Amino acid sequence: MIFDLHGFGPALLAGALMTIQLALSALCLGLVLGLLGALAKTSPHKPLQWLGGSYSTIVRGVPELLWVLLIYFGTVNLMRSIGEALGKPDLELNAFAAGTIALGLCFGAYATEVFRGAILAIPKGHREAGQALGLSSPRIFWRLILPQMWRIALPGLGNLFMILMKDTALVSVIGLEEIMRRAQIAVTASKEPFTFFLVAAFIYLGLTVLAMIGMHFLEKRSSRGFVRSAS
Amino acid sequence: MNWEVIVKYLPKLLEGAWLTLELVAIAVIAGLILALPMGIARASRHWYVRALPYGYIFFFRGTPLLVQLFLVYYGVAQFDIVRNGPLWPYLRDPYWCAILTMTMHTAAYIAEILRGAIQAVPPGEIEAARALGMSRAQAMLYIILPRAARIGLPAYSNEVILMLKASALASTVTLLELTGMARTIIARTYLPVEIFFAAGMFYLVIAYVLVRGFKLLERRLRVDACQGR
Repeated sequence: MIFDLHGFGPALLAGALMTIQLALSALCLGLVLGLLGALAKTSPHKPLQWLGGSYSTIVRGVPELLWVLLIYFGTVNLMRSIGEALGKPDLELNAFAAGTIALGLCFGAYATEVFRGAILAIPKGHREAGQALGLSSPRIFWRLILPQMWRIALPGLGNLFMILMKDTALVSVIGLEEIMRRAQIAVTASKEPFTFFLVAAFIYLGLTVLAMIGMHFLEKRSSRGFVRSAS
Repeated sequence: MNWEVIVKYLPKLLEGAWLTLELVAIAVIAGLILALPMGIARASRHWYVRALPYGYIFFFRGTPLLVQLFLVYYGVAQFDIVRNGPLWPYLRDPYWCAILTMTMHTAAYIAEILRGAIQAVPPGEIEAARALGMSRAQAMLYIILPRAARIGLPAYSNEVILMLKASALASTVTLLELTGMARTIIARTYLPVEIFFAAGMFYLVIAYVLVRGFKLLERRLRVDACQGR
């Protein structure tokens, strides 16, 4: 067995699986938050603009690690009062949920700017054409704006996903058993820190490369039918 | 919200903020120095010159800073050669480990910024320098690098902000910078929301001041005018 590593190989792979799950769930939350943020920022209503703007500015200005810690340790009292109301006094936010919320929050703040750029890049005439056809605003958004936005936003979102993948390592600080945490456990037992952290590093490299290949595929797919004019 | 606690621990947080600034300042300046030769090599026309910096950049951009930090702080102790070597007093110290890791990490990103900036220098200007009889080295030193510095400055300012936030990871190797200090105070007061809120405010203020500072520098160096904007 090549990937045995004193018997810690399977545990590390299980950690990699946890990392992927965390990255994907944070991605889902982040995409929703990013889309809402961008809609708020580009809306004609001043309070909404302000809300979207402060979300992206504040979240982007504070370290990701601080968000992870704040959401994990900061919501203890909140969760307790919710738990008491529901009749479950020992309700707690687990590390996975806290990590998903924190990383999704950060991803969403950056995605807000990516989506905003994409919305602004769609020619105004498309929206006006929709209005001329008598489509309602939500319909214009779903049928006209969103499908076109996706293609423009994809490269930016790809970069953000790479960053998100690496930020998942931060959730090891609150004890989620992903790659880093598993590596730390293996180090405690084997006293071989360099070996195990290097293996962890290579697993992350592998994941990043996989994500890159996936992004390339998605970008190709989303540009079907688009011919870039020769320049 | 318990404001008294925030006020009471403000001096401690300031102390942490100072260490954060110190870490970031050293890392982004040392990183720039380390990145210069790498960025120039990365923009080379020969693949064998590009290959080595490419490998370095690929590793440092593809893995989390936390892994790199643990590799340096916990990892190198695995080797007896290091533990008996002359550098051990430094490699045992979390402060130097954090600085070393952050510098190597940011150097990879800055090298890519530099490569982009060097490749964005209009070829006509380089040809003009060569036509005036400048050697390759002279053209690099007097024409390409000053021009690339202006092109790359906005991206470099982004990298500085990213390093400001990344410096929070130093708290995981027991350094008492802003986040580390906040965590110690919370261990004593059990008030995570208040203290993390205050620490977050500190990061926001530092980031704001840095962004303003870079804007001023850009205006001073006439970055917009240079780029024909």
